Amino acid sequence: MEFLVNQTFNGVTYGALLFLLAGGLSLIFGMMRIVNMTHGSYYLLGGYVALTVMWGGGHYLLAVVVAALVIALVGIVEWNAFLKRLSGQELGQVLTTMGFALIFQDLAQVIWGGDPYTIPVPAMLSGSVSTGPFTFPVYRIFIVAVAAFIAVLLWLVLERTRIGAMMRATVDDPEMARGVGINVFLISMAVFSLGASLAALAGVVAGGFVGVYPGADFEILPYAFVVVIVGGMGSIKGALIGSLMVGLLDNFGKALFPELSYFTLFAPMAAILAVRPTGLFGRA
Amino acid sequence: MSTRRIAAFLIAAALIGMGGIAPAEAQKGPIKIGFLAPMTGGAAQIGKDMVNGLQMWLDENGNQIAGRKVEVIVEDTQGQPNIALTKLRKLVESDKVHVLAGGLFAHVGYALAPKVDEYKIPMLYPVMAADDLTQRKPAKWVVRNGWTSSQPSHPFGEYVVKTLGYKRVVTIGIDYAFGWEVVGGFQKTFEEAGGQVIQKLWAPLGTTDFAPYLSQIRKDADAVFALMVAASSLRFPKQYQDAGLKAKLPLIGGGTTFDEFVLPSLGDEAIGGITPLIYSAAIDTPANKRFVKEYRAKFGKVPSYYSEVCYTTGRWINEAAKAIGGDVEDRERFLAALGKVEIPDAPRGPVKLDAHGNPIQNIYIRKVEKKDGELWNTVIHTYPAVSQFWKYKPDEFLKQPVYDRNYPPCKYC
Amino acid sequence: MTPGAESMIGAVPLPTGTMAFALLLPGLALAALLVAPPFLSGFLLTLLTQALIYAILAMSLDIVLGYTGLASLGHAAYLGLGAYAVAILTTRHGAGFWVTLVAGILLAAAVAAVFGLVALRASGVYFLMITLALGMVAWGLAHRWVTLTQGDNGISSVPRPTGLPVSLAAAVPYYYFALIAFALAFWFLRTVVRSPFGRTLVGIRESESRMRTLGYNVWLHKYVGFVIAGGVGGFAGVFWGYYNGFVSPADLELATSVEILLMVALGGRGTLVGPAIGAGIIVLLKNLVSVYTQRWLLILGAVYIGTIVYAPEGIVGAVRQWHASTRRKRT
Repeated sequence: MEFLVNQTFNGVTYGALLFLLAGGLSLIFGMMRIVNMTHGSYYLLGGYVALTVMWGGGHYLLAVVVAALVIALVGIVEWNAFLKRLSGQELGQVLTTMGFALIFQDLAQVIWGGDPYTIPVPAMLSGSVSTGPFTFPVYRIFIVAVAAFIAVLLWLVLERTRIGAMMRATVDDPEMARGVGINVFLISMAVFSLGASLAALAGVVAGGFVGVYPGADFEILPYAFVVVIVGGMGSIKGALIGSLMVGLLDNFGKALFPELSYFTLFAPMAAILAVRPTGLFGRA
Repeated sequence: MSTRRIAAFLIAAALIGMGGIAPAEAQKGPIKIGFLAPMTGGAAQIGKDMVNGLQMWLDENGNQIAGRKVEVIVEDTQGQPNIALTKLRKLVESDKVHVLAGGLFAHVGYALAPKVDEYKIPMLYPVMAADDLTQRKPAKWVVRNGWTSSQPSHPFGEYVVKTLGYKRVVTIGIDYAFGWEVVGGFQKTFEEAGGQVIQKLWAPLGTTDFAPYLSQIRKDADAVFALMVAASSLRFPKQYQDAGLKAKLPLIGGGTTFDEFVLPSLGDEAIGGITPLIYSAAIDTPANKRFVKEYRAKFGKVPSYYSEVCYTTGRWINEAAKAIGGDVEDRERFLAALGKVEIPDAPRGPVKLDAHGNPIQNIYIRKVEKKDGELWNTVIHTYPAVSQFWKYKPDEFLKQPVYDRNYPPCKYC
Repeated sequence: MTPGAESMIGAVPLPTGTMAFALLLPGLALAALLVAPPFLSGFLLTLLTQALIYAILAMSLDIVLGYTGLASLGHAAYLGLGAYAVAILTTRHGAGFWVTLVAGILLAAAVAAVFGLVALRASGVYFLMITLALGMVAWGLAHRWVTLTQGDNGISSVPRPTGLPVSLAAAVPYYYFALIAFALAFWFLRTVVRSPFGRTLVGIRESESRMRTLGYNVWLHKYVGFVIAGGVGGFAGVFWGYYNGFVSPADLELATSVEILLMVALGGRGTLVGPAIGAGIIVLLKNLVSVYTQRWLLILGAVYIGTIVYAPEGIVGAVRQWHASTRRKRT
């Protein structure tokens, strides 16, 4: 029983972490269908920018906001200058975003050096709460809260607001959307920059758990893609459920079959995709 | 479009031409050291620390070795064996270096060793610690002036039982060769001294979330031995503490779990961690205090063992070159001299090589403590003159297989 | 008739203008590849040898990516399989070249046959992800199956090929050895691509549904293409293992798979020659540019972006377009 509770908690919190890592990508890749290899860079740069703000004396919340805004700007520039011309060209997107990812990786090395850092976390988010035989780290609960917040926010905006409807229209059929009078250019740019800023947000929040260091950008990239794909493209709900599934599978897998730890993430993913090739809730 | 294309072609041709022209034969000119390290990618900072260590020694000594000027050519291995091999070829054939040094990852070490033997050029391995490089798979031309992975673990096993009094330990390590060797060395001496490893956990490389392992840790242990490196060292102590384990189970482990590379970024969760290593920035000798002070002034951070071993490598090459009158072109003599170097006062203490080509040096038992708002690895005990074989006879030791995931087997699991 | 063709009728064909450039460039390159090596430095020779081996690998991916339209992110696995086959058979069983060659190709093709069954249930980005996952599984196996692969320490001291009339220990002989391998692979793949089977693949890339209506077994064609690509990847792996004398899980990691994809995209997918050139460029960048600057990653990134901005169909694609457009301008 204790085992079940602990592992479920761990699986859910790890799933929340994965969703956080993938949140921005589920917008840019899941919805806009742009294969964005720069996602990891947005994540890492978000962490670095937040660190710079905090080293300068800024508060944690200020760091989050600044990071999100700065990276949103970076995303706007990248999209505007390069990506908006590449809709539908997957390989072109892979090359361009990969090029940016490499450039950002190198720039980050030049600007912040290569030492590993942790994001200083506000005192109230550290430590753990104990009930009975269980100890739950507060920060993990915080991550779940942030992931849930993002999920709800995205769902509300996309499904329940006019701007969300415009976003969905733009992404599904730009021609029609333009025909109905939607400023496709502005909306697309907005979606992309929102995705970038979500990635940056994840970089700060997850950075407190995972750390901020060179290489983190490419380390989290496969996980983010796994979540979006397993959950299915174009579905925020799918991304959420996908990340929970992956988190639980990976966690229980490592706990029950430690010998197979190297396979508990990607083997189930291959299996899920083999059974449901468009992901759990994907729209082809 | 076409002129641009032609220009590009010409530039490419020029670049190829530059790489293709082999420089003239070097006579009694400068001593050339080819230094291999990952200068880009995830381990770039470690590579930089390594280069900084060597460079600092050279700067302190007028950039001279045995009266000759020194030229260091640093090549980026990018942490990949095939790139390292290519750069090695360049350094030896095009740059005509006299000696090579460096390398970080074990697989790069294993990839380079046969080539170094083939070229018959000495290469110093100050960092790469894979046990078998000086045990079951030695290479004649490799001078391993650093350490073996299990070297610090051997005395630590005894220390944990006899001094710390922990008899039942759970080990958790990163699931790769370095992890296996550090944990294996610990388990061997720990159990021979009367301890029991009651659980062995392995987390794959790149694990971000240790929760599935932390929640499995048996609570009836006395302590937890953790072997973490780089990014995992960054994450693990906090997760360990937040899982409520730090309060119940003292954290001990391999030296890299709390080494000076990650210590500045760790917080109070690291305090109290006890680990063994060949170095600590807190070693209280004049040589080390000076080294730490100078390094810090120059590079803005406390040196880690990566910097120390490369700093001492500069001195090592110097001692060997001096012993043969600066005639590093005579590679056989130079190799022999490199094998005979003895340094009594390196920042990490006295160092000299054993008959199998690995250092006999001090092993420091360190404890993470906070001093003036900073975390330091305070030395709480020193084991002098420890070899890679600890107290075992080399032939006996070499009969056992190299430490891996399942060796020593977990009898008490 | 086009101007160039006219001059071909007659005793001495002397191509002029753009045609001259189009023929001269690859001709020069070929001549250089054949004749220059004994005069090059060891370093440059090693770059060329590696470029040739990676070119084989990139061309094999082109079958799947360029000709069938399936982007695979797990292709490094086949390089690794071929290399491991060599390493294990030579260091543990003293096998000769022919044995390891056959073993490497068969092993890679067999694994591709298994992976293909799983992966080909998906398409598009989903195919990308499944192949990524399968590639990671292969990498994980290389790490964990320590008794076979020695884990991350890798297998070292792999000797140069035995059982051949020539010794391939030196750099120049091995270069020509790799050149022959490249020529064979190129010839084989070109034959595949120009065959009816290859044409069907292109048809599938353009429109699967159309091919299906026409009565082709689309799945079978994709599957065979996938297995061929895997086998040729293993073929490259054999030469890679012998060349480095060392194999480790690093040879199959995700970053390598991404790099192969980029080589194809950079050079121009669906052109076979393009990926070979792309492989050469990336090998040069990683090994040569990094000698002169630590900012080689920045340059590599700029090359990727520059290619898409100036040459979205890759370098060869751009050359062909430019060649076609200048020809159009003249007629």
